[in-house]
Amino acid sequence: MKFGVVVFPGSNCDQDMHDALKHDLGQEVEMLWHKDQDLSSFTTDDCIVLPGGFSFGDYLRCGAMARFSPIMQSVIEFANKGGKVLGVCNGFQVLCEAQLLPGALLANDHQKFICKNVFLKPESRSSLITNKLDTTQAYKIPIAHGEGRFYTDDETMKNLVANDQILFTYCNEKGTADGDINPNGSIQNIAGITNKAKNVFGMMPHPERATNDVLGNIDGRKFFEGIINN
Amino acid sequence: MSLATLEQAKQLGLTEDEFKAIETHIGRVPNFTETAVYSVMWSEHCSYKNSIKYLKKLPKTGSRVLAAAGEENAGLIDIGDGLACSFKIESHNHPSAIEPFQGAATGVGGIHRDIFTMGARPIATLNSLRFGKLEDAKTKHLLKGVVSGIGHYGNCFGVPTVAGETFFDESYNTNPLVNAMSVGIAQAGKTLSAISYGVGNPVFIVGSDTGKDGIGGASFASADIDEDSAKDLPAVQVGDPFQEKKLMEACMELLETDCIIGMQDMGAAGIACSTSEMSAKGEHGMKINLDKVPTRQDDMLAWEMLCSESQERMLVVVKKGYEADMIRIFDKWDIHCEEIGEVTEGDNLEFHHQGEIVANLSADHLVLGGGAPVYDREYTEPKYMEQINAFTIDQVEEPKDLQAIAKQIVALPNICSKSWVYNQYDSMVGTANASTNAPSDAAMLRVKGSDKGIAASVDCNSRFVYANPKVGGLIAVSECARNISCTGALPLAITNCLNFGNPYNPEVYFQFVKALEGMSEACVKFDTPVTGGNVSFYNQSPDGAVNPTPTIGMIGLLEDIETRMTLDFKNEGDLIYIIGTSRNDINSSEYLYNIHGVKHSPTPHFDLQEEFAIQKAVRDLVANKQINSAHDVSDGGLFVSLIESAKERNLGFDISYKEGIRKDAFLFGESQSRIIVSVSADKQSDFESALGTINFEKIGTVTAGDIKVDGASWDTTEDFVKPYALALEEALA
Repeated sequence: MKFGVVVFPGSNCDQDMHDALKHDLGQEVEMLWHKDQDLSSFTTDDCIVLPGGFSFGDYLRCGAMARFSPIMQSVIEFANKGGKVLGVCNGFQVLCEAQLLPGALLANDHQKFICKNVFLKPESRSSLITNKLDTTQAYKIPIAHGEGRFYTDDETMKNLVANDQILFTYCNEKGTADGDINPNGSIQNIAGITNKAKNVFGMMPHPERATNDVLGNIDGRKFFEGIINN
Repeated sequence: MSLATLEQAKQLGLTEDEFKAIETHIGRVPNFTETAVYSVMWSEHCSYKNSIKYLKKLPKTGSRVLAAAGEENAGLIDIGDGLACSFKIESHNHPSAIEPFQGAATGVGGIHRDIFTMGARPIATLNSLRFGKLEDAKTKHLLKGVVSGIGHYGNCFGVPTVAGETFFDESYNTNPLVNAMSVGIAQAGKTLSAISYGVGNPVFIVGSDTGKDGIGGASFASADIDEDSAKDLPAVQVGDPFQEKKLMEACMELLETDCIIGMQDMGAAGIACSTSEMSAKGEHGMKINLDKVPTRQDDMLAWEMLCSESQERMLVVVKKGYEADMIRIFDKWDIHCEEIGEVTEGDNLEFHHQGEIVANLSADHLVLGGGAPVYDREYTEPKYMEQINAFTIDQVEEPKDLQAIAKQIVALPNICSKSWVYNQYDSMVGTANASTNAPSDAAMLRVKGSDKGIAASVDCNSRFVYANPKVGGLIAVSECARNISCTGALPLAITNCLNFGNPYNPEVYFQFVKALEGMSEACVKFDTPVTGGNVSFYNQSPDGAVNPTPTIGMIGLLEDIETRMTLDFKNEGDLIYIIGTSRNDINSSEYLYNIHGVKHSPTPHFDLQEEFAIQKAVRDLVANKQINSAHDVSDGGLFVSLIESAKERNLGFDISYKEGIRKDAFLFGESQSRIIVSVSADKQSDFESALGTINFEKIGTVTAGDIKVDGASWDTTEDFVKPYALALEEALA
């Protein structure tokens, strides 16, 4: 399999994603310019990644412009064929704007940008991205966002639960939800979700920032390994 | 074109003598546009007219220097294996005082532009922020605005903010200081220069449209701040980090082509400055058609276009015939790229607008090192020195309950955790910040594609500089170097941001001259040449000048990043040592200043030889794997440093006082040249013999979390960490 990393003009985690996948996880990676449309070299075994950043400056709603980039039509078709798509941070916002994932990402409840390590608890192992994770463990993964408060209406929330679409929630280092663990006010402490078909994944935390030994945290590797080994 | 009057020249900030010098040089009375160009080019900000005489005395040479101070947009240092590090610090004090959000944001944007104009990709930002008393509503407003502006720009631009300092003191009540530093990596030999030559080569303006924002910003930054300064709001620029991100990527692609003669960022004084500096450097002229400059609004006047400081713009001189290569790249990134003129013979800058020649000036006469004025100001030792010299430690009674004092100290605004500030910055984008999960005294950055690590630090204790400008200057450089040495890295070079009051005040000028003397001496000792930076005078209001603040930004090199040392205690039972000497000294400490309220005292003990020796010793200990942690004693003294080392792993410490010195001086004094290290018990004798003639003191052991001082229980580390962690957030709530 291989990975394709989409580069919007304001993406700034595209190179980090490339480095993590290629150098830390030994994967084949192709960078995809947002004005291109050709995904013909990708099969449904492959994974397209929408990286973090500020795709078009995000002066409007985050991701609202990026969904209109030429490549997004191809990404939507790719996802509908069953291809794997991962959106991290701004990529998650783009996936919601493109309606590949339900819900929306609102401004953090404290109204400030926040960057720090948080802990994630896998909520299920039924998705590729979670199937190498241990649901009893807390994974240390960094966040960096101003608009990461996941929100849906009640009906959508019910469906997310019923279909086992909640991937991870914020927790403390012991893996429990005690104390001040939610960094943005997201509904039910949600940090990441998948679609009904479980081939599109969105998450606010940055696993690509936790794959290198020199950075002192490799908890992010297992998130990718699930996608790679399936 | 109407001729300028002396009255207009004065309004633009020129003196009568300067106006006359212009008239004599060009052999006629300059018109208004020409006078406006002179006023920005000869402003303090661009011409360094009141500082250059002393800046020239700073040590600038070294075997690793690829671009020395004043040669290019930023300094460039050889870090081996075909790699180079470009770095620079700059102030955005005046704009931030008026409009903190945009003032700070554009400060970040401007310093990154200086780095990528060199052909280096920025990998980290540091900043040094100074505000007035935290209790004041105005300080809170400024702090919130500045922090959110830095975050807004840096987070979107995609370069991590990895280290910095935030300091509060009443001297900054009106004039906050916002200093931003950028560090970038380039391929040696594949960098760009701010130069123009080759008759007939086309001149392009790229990036954002030119608007009326920031007109005369350079002149604005060259005056005191008073009640009328809010009327200067249009002199504050507005930033667009998305545009700058695209501009950087386009410039990085441009670097891969062979079409560039030279490039300069349009910072202060916009088109006027970039055309004149590039031309003067390349000993050529330019013919520019202002009608072709993309503008943000209609009917902009020629002088407005020339002096506008609209952000995210570059001037690029391209080899004739290669225009298409350049245009293709900028089209890809959807960035304006307009040919506005060409390189000419001679050194004249000819600006055309609406069929007229609106300015015709010699490039060389406009610039620093050419015709720009050079002044030598008088200076005298400040009167307050009498008060400083009158202080002795005996005037302060030692408090009985030092544990209570320690609890107060960890929660002081200058000591407490700044997480409220740095959590608003993306500190990890770029996956190069190796300090997130392994903190050390200086930020440690991976140089991707190599084993190297760059250590970066920014520092200045302005209270020490106030107390003794020369010693304060020595300490500012030395403390930066100490932070770098504590990681195991070798200090390589510095950049400086010289923030002072009004240079026409002889006492302020004394501070400036003496601080530079101290800095020079330390830079020579550490072999860390000055590679550039900026001078910010006029940080002065009717209440007085800010503390003299020569902020030092330093980089260091570690050949193998895996060998770096961190600041946190690792194991219960490890022995705690001070490398250096504890002294009976509380001079200019946070403890003396903010707990006892003594505002005037000398600088703490400092000796450059001793400092140099302990730093070398620590680097050797790191290289030989003889210690488990290293952290210097700085603001707040020994106790605060111990808490900082203990808190990362929820450990504690059991320490004893030293005979013959006061307990408060031992715990809270800030005498210099001390580094706390922890050592495995089984390495004790090797460690002690490795130190040879270097002074050291064994002060105690690492515990599981309890704090004991001379046998008495002082609760646990957690009991100190709570107030330490929450103080700033609570003050701002």
